[in-house]
Amino acid sequence: MTSVPMPSALTPPRLQRAVLILLAVTLMGVLLLLPLVVVFSEALSQGFETVVEALETEDARAAIELTLLVAAITVPLNTVCGMAAAWCLARFQFPGRTLLATLVELPFSVSPVISGLVWVLLFGANGWFGPWLDAHGVRIIFALPGLVLATTFVTFPFVARALIPLMRAQGPAEEEAALTLGANAAQVFWHVTLPNIRWALMYGVLLCNARAMGEFGAVAVVSGHIRGQTLTMPLYVEALFNDYDWVGAFTVAALLSLLALVTLGLRVLLERHMDHGRGAA
Amino acid sequence: MRRPRRSALPGFGLTLGLTLTWLSLIVLIPLAALVLRPWELGAAGVWQSLTDPRVLAALRLSFGAAALAAAINLPFGLLIAWVMTRYRFPGRRLADALIDMPLALPTAVAGISLTALFAPKGWIGALLVPLGVKVAYTPLGVLVALVFVGLPFVVRTLEPVMLDLPAEAEEAAATLGATRLQTLCRVVLPALAPSLLTGFAAALARGVGEYGSVIFIAGNMPMVSEIAPLLIVIRLEQFDYAGAAALGLAMLLLSFLLLLALNRGQHRLARHLA
Repeated sequence: MTSVPMPSALTPPRLQRAVLILLAVTLMGVLLLLPLVVVFSEALSQGFETVVEALETEDARAAIELTLLVAAITVPLNTVCGMAAAWCLARFQFPGRTLLATLVELPFSVSPVISGLVWVLLFGANGWFGPWLDAHGVRIIFALPGLVLATTFVTFPFVARALIPLMRAQGPAEEEAALTLGANAAQVFWHVTLPNIRWALMYGVLLCNARAMGEFGAVAVVSGHIRGQTLTMPLYVEALFNDYDWVGAFTVAALLSLLALVTLGLRVLLERHMDHGRGAA
Repeated sequence: MRRPRRSALPGFGLTLGLTLTWLSLIVLIPLAALVLRPWELGAAGVWQSLTDPRVLAALRLSFGAAALAAAINLPFGLLIAWVMTRYRFPGRRLADALIDMPLALPTAVAGISLTALFAPKGWIGALLVPLGVKVAYTPLGVLVALVFVGLPFVVRTLEPVMLDLPAEAEEAAATLGATRLQTLCRVVLPALAPSLLTGFAAALARGVGEYGSVIFIAGNMPMVSEIAPLLIVIRLEQFDYAGAAALGLAMLLLSFLLLLALNRGQHRLARHLA
C-alpha cells in the first residue's frame, strides 16, 4: 500500500487512533500470528533433536520427495499453459473470450474436495475409465498420476491470473513494433514479451508452487493414504496427527510454514518490482 | 472493446488451441463427470440421497457456518483495512504481509495449529474453559477455522476502495458539523457497502468448500459438526460415487446461486450509490 497524505480535518484524536491500532494489531496477532507461532512452538517443544529425528524418518523423506516431485511436474505444465492462456486472452479479441476467461478461473471457485472427487469419478475403481485402467494395469487414483492431476486442477488459474491484468495494461504496442522491425514470433517472445512480464510471471509461478506443495483437500481424496508412497507433506501431517504423533505432525507442519513464510516474503519483494514496472509503463 | 480487431500479433491459433486443450483435459471433462454421474441414481435417487438427514445437517452447517464466519469477518475486516489504509505505525509492513497468512499457510497446517490453540489445554482453549466455552471438536470450531480462512478476502476487497474514498465527502461532513461517528455511519459505511458485500461473498464462497483447516478442529460428529465436503469424502470411501457426485454438484449449484444473488445485490447497491 502506498502512503496517502491525510487531510487535516480527518485527523482523529490521538487516543481514538491508538485504540483502533491496538485493536487491529491484537486481532491480527490472535487470529493470524498465533496459529503460526503455535506450529513452531509445538514442533520445538521436545527440543531440536526430536525435530531432526522426525524429519529423518523414511516416511518423512518420502513425503518431502513426493511433494517436490508433484510440484515439479505440475508447476511447469501450468506455467506454460497459463502463459498461453494469458497470451490469447490478453492480446486478442474473439467471440467467447469472456467465457474462456471465466472458465480459466473456474477451479478457484470449486471446493478442494470436489477438485479431487472429479478425478475419482473418472479414474477410480467405480469411475468411467476405472475398469479399463484396471484391466490394463494402469493406476491413476491412489498413485502419483492422481496426485498430479488433482494438484494441476487446483493450481490451474494462478499463472494466467497473474499475467492477464498486466499484459492488458501494457498493451500490444511494443510487440507490434518489434514485428514491424522484422522480429519473428520467437524473438518477440524472448526479447519483448518475456522481459515485460517477468516479475508478474514469477509472482504467478510462486503462488502456483506454494499451493501445489501445500494442497490438502484435493490430494486427500485421490491419495489413498499409503505411507511412504502416496502421502505428500500436508497429508503426512494429517497421518501423524491422527496417530497422536503431535511433535512429528507439528515438525512437518513447521517445514510447510517455512515454505509459506518464504512465499510471503518473496511475494512482497515481487509486488514491489511489479509496482515499479507499472509505474514506469 | 466489443469491435473485433484484427491483430498483427502471431500465435493466436497455437495459444488458443493449447489453452482449450489443457482446459478441457484438466477442468471441463472432469467437471462433466461431476454433472453427469449423479443421475445414475435417477432423479428420485438423487433427491433421496440429498434429503438424507445427515446430508441436510452437513449442508446446513457448511453454508451456515460459512455465512456466519463471513459476517463476523465484516467488522474484523473493516477494522483491519481501516487501520492499514489510514494509519502509519511501527510494524505496519509486517502486518500487511501477515494479512495474507491464511492464504499462504497450507490448510492442513492451519487446521492442526488452530486445533492446538483451541483445544481445552491450548493457549486460547485453556482461557475459555473457565467460561464454559468449548471450541475444539464443536461446531464453534468450524466457525473459528472459517473466520481464519476468510479474513483476507474481506480485508483485501476493502483496502483499495478505502484508499479511493474521496476525502472531500468526509471533510464536507465534518465541516457541516457531523461527529466522527455520524461521518462513519452516514458517509463512509454506505460508500463501502458494495465492497463489503463483495468481500462477504468471497469469504462465504471460500468457507463453503473449505476442508483442510476445518476437519481437524471440527470433531466431525455426524449431524453435529460434520461439514459437507467431509461427507463427500466419506461417501467416496464407501464407493458411493454417484452419491458423492450428487452432493458435490448440489454444493456447487447452491454456492453458485448464492453468489449470483449476492452479485445482484451488490450491483443494486452500487447503482443506488451512483
